[in-house]
Amino acid sequence: MSRVVNRLANMNKTTRSSVFTYALVVGAFVILQLLRMTTGLGSVLEGQLIPICAYVTMALALNLVVGVSGELSLGHAGFMSIGAFLGCAAANGLAELIPFTPVRLGVAMVIGAALAGFFGFLIGIPVLRLNGDYLAIVTLAFGEIIKSVLTNTYLAVDKKGLHFSFLTDKNALEEGGLQLIRGPMGVMNTQRISTFTVGFVLVVITLVVIFNLVNSRTGRAIMAARDNRIAAESVGISVTKYKMIAFVTSAALAGAAGTLYGCSQTTFVATKFDFNTSILILVFVVLGGLGNMWGSVIAAAALTILPEALRQFADYRMLVYAIVLILVMLATNNPAIWGFFARLRERREEKKGGAAQ
Amino acid sequence: MNSKKFLAFAMAAAMTLSMTACGGSGSGAASSGTDSAAGTAFKLGGTGPLTGGASIYGLAAQRGAQIAVDEINAQGGAIQFDLKYEDDQHDPEKAVNAYNALKEWGMQISLGSVTSQPGISTSALSQEDGIFALTPSASSPDVIAGKDNVYQMCFSDPNQGLASAQYIAEQQLGEKIFIIWKSDDNYSTGIKDKFMAEADKLGLNVVGNATFTTDSQNDFNVQLTQAKQAEADLLFLPIYYEPASLILSQAKAMGYAPKFFGVDGMDGILTMKNFDPALAEGVMLLTPFNADDEDEATQSFVKKYQEKYGETPIQFAADAYDCVYAYKLALETAGCTPDMSAADLNAKMKETFPTITFTGLTGDGAGITWDATGAVSKSPKGMVIQNGAYAGMD
Repeated sequence: MSRVVNRLANMNKTTRSSVFTYALVVGAFVILQLLRMTTGLGSVLEGQLIPICAYVTMALALNLVVGVSGELSLGHAGFMSIGAFLGCAAANGLAELIPFTPVRLGVAMVIGAALAGFFGFLIGIPVLRLNGDYLAIVTLAFGEIIKSVLTNTYLAVDKKGLHFSFLTDKNALEEGGLQLIRGPMGVMNTQRISTFTVGFVLVVITLVVIFNLVNSRTGRAIMAARDNRIAAESVGISVTKYKMIAFVTSAALAGAAGTLYGCSQTTFVATKFDFNTSILILVFVVLGGLGNMWGSVIAAAALTILPEALRQFADYRMLVYAIVLILVMLATNNPAIWGFFARLRERREEKKGGAAQ
Repeated sequence: MNSKKFLAFAMAAAMTLSMTACGGSGSGAASSGTDSAAGTAFKLGGTGPLTGGASIYGLAAQRGAQIAVDEINAQGGAIQFDLKYEDDQHDPEKAVNAYNALKEWGMQISLGSVTSQPGISTSALSQEDGIFALTPSASSPDVIAGKDNVYQMCFSDPNQGLASAQYIAEQQLGEKIFIIWKSDDNYSTGIKDKFMAEADKLGLNVVGNATFTTDSQNDFNVQLTQAKQAEADLLFLPIYYEPASLILSQAKAMGYAPKFFGVDGMDGILTMKNFDPALAEGVMLLTPFNADDEDEATQSFVKKYQEKYGETPIQFAADAYDCVYAYKLALETAGCTPDMSAADLNAKMKETFPTITFTGLTGDGAGITWDATGAVSKSPKGMVIQNGAYAGMD
């Protein structure tokens, strides 16, 4: 035991942070599962488990762009909606082909991630060559465009194959046909196939992808490009390429999170994934700390639960929510609290120093 | 910590505390005034948008239901209700949370959701959990499709389109019809699709249609110019009353004066703040409820609503009011008691609702009935606005 503690103490900072994040996620999963099997969590929390997993994944994905690669994306909900709509359409369309739901959900997530990643790539080609806040502007527009396009898309499947029409529903379906995307009425799932376990697995996969990317040669190149573009270029790093890697990875993860979210709902519409949702995810990232993955996990989970936990305040709920947000921001930036932690650390260092003597 | 920051901190803390205090009393008011012990009153729950852009509908339904519950509890009969509304912000995801919160509270029978999209989410859960739901105003057919314990008090969207087309054809209201509809709205799309299909059958001449979305509902000059160029003499507006009010004033500004025909979402236009009722002169609409109706029940409801909330009730309030009384009738008919479980009540209500005939504020005098799918059968009232008030149209 003491050896483990020693190794933890001697680890470098990044490894310690990764281990802590994995431990946090796995620990939370185990505790929640135990509670679910014994006393139960209560309907409200139970119903929120899958959305929390989706939002945690979204926050981690956005943190890769905002925190690690230093670009700002204001349209991540757009990637989420691509994953949600197309992933769920795939899941519903494949219902007969793949009856085993976890596999079907997995396939749907891969499709959702691939398509979202593809759109991320398309956006990245022109924008990531530029130096400045252009990504924020373009992703903002992208989010709005995707919302409009999906609101006017009609997709259906029957024995003859896929039917697609735009603006008005012109799909003539045979008997037994299934509407996958119904324009302004969004998607209606015949069954909700997402489970908490799948959500947990997605979060862990996201963490593995992000930590391995960040702590690799590629990750260091991404951060070098973030910290000083000119210096990075001068040592031969292709800034566009590395920013692209971070952005496409992030878009793909957001797509997978979207599929997870979509398949957990009976119905959802494109207007759900609007600018406000993008900003909400950005709030998770900022509150958790830029580049700080465990911070994103905690912030996403806490801020998803908080509005529901405040239900007893009735009409004042969102007001209290805002005040709590401000308090957290003040508290985390408070020199007195930082000083307290710094003193703790100092004391520990002293102890360690004393033991070594 | 410098003094300024400390002050900010203290102020924020003080605000949170005071909000907590206010919130406490606020939530007390939101649920029923009579705090009855478990087993003496039926726990009736519903979700609706009590905050955000769609909150007028949620608040209207909550208030309408509250008035009915207060009346019933004041009479002190065997059937007593404990009403609780939770906010769903017109979002299916939040509606699931709101529904789950009600379930934790111990909801026995449900008023479903006020709006359609959240209604689809919560009705699926109602079906899974076996909690009976009667929704006042979630009008999409998807709300009741495939569920045997979810009932509607309002017309379904396609029925409104159907009734409107038939009404226009029967009364020969227009030669050339133009439709302005909201393309990102379930309600508007549902009505418009059915209207177009039925208009085709009846040989109505629909000369065109134009769309708008939530983001573009601040200007209708383009759509109105299109209608004018198509020489339409009847504008069909299957939309809610706020965009409709803007259409009316912009049409007047450009000197275009066709006839206007609306559906039940148009109800409420006369009570809208800063709206000149003269603009709505001659507007026709189909609605199940008319706040100016002469009959005693309507007048008493409107009076109570005005006294309590300072505004004239819209049809959402009347639908919710009717829902509570329909529950009362059904519970009495089935002989249910408040100590029964949600599952027992679910079974009883499923048996009872298709058999009862209910007379309420909405629908005409013939009474309201339901079939086993949960769809309601009642006739809409054709209204025309004359001198700033509704008048029956026949």
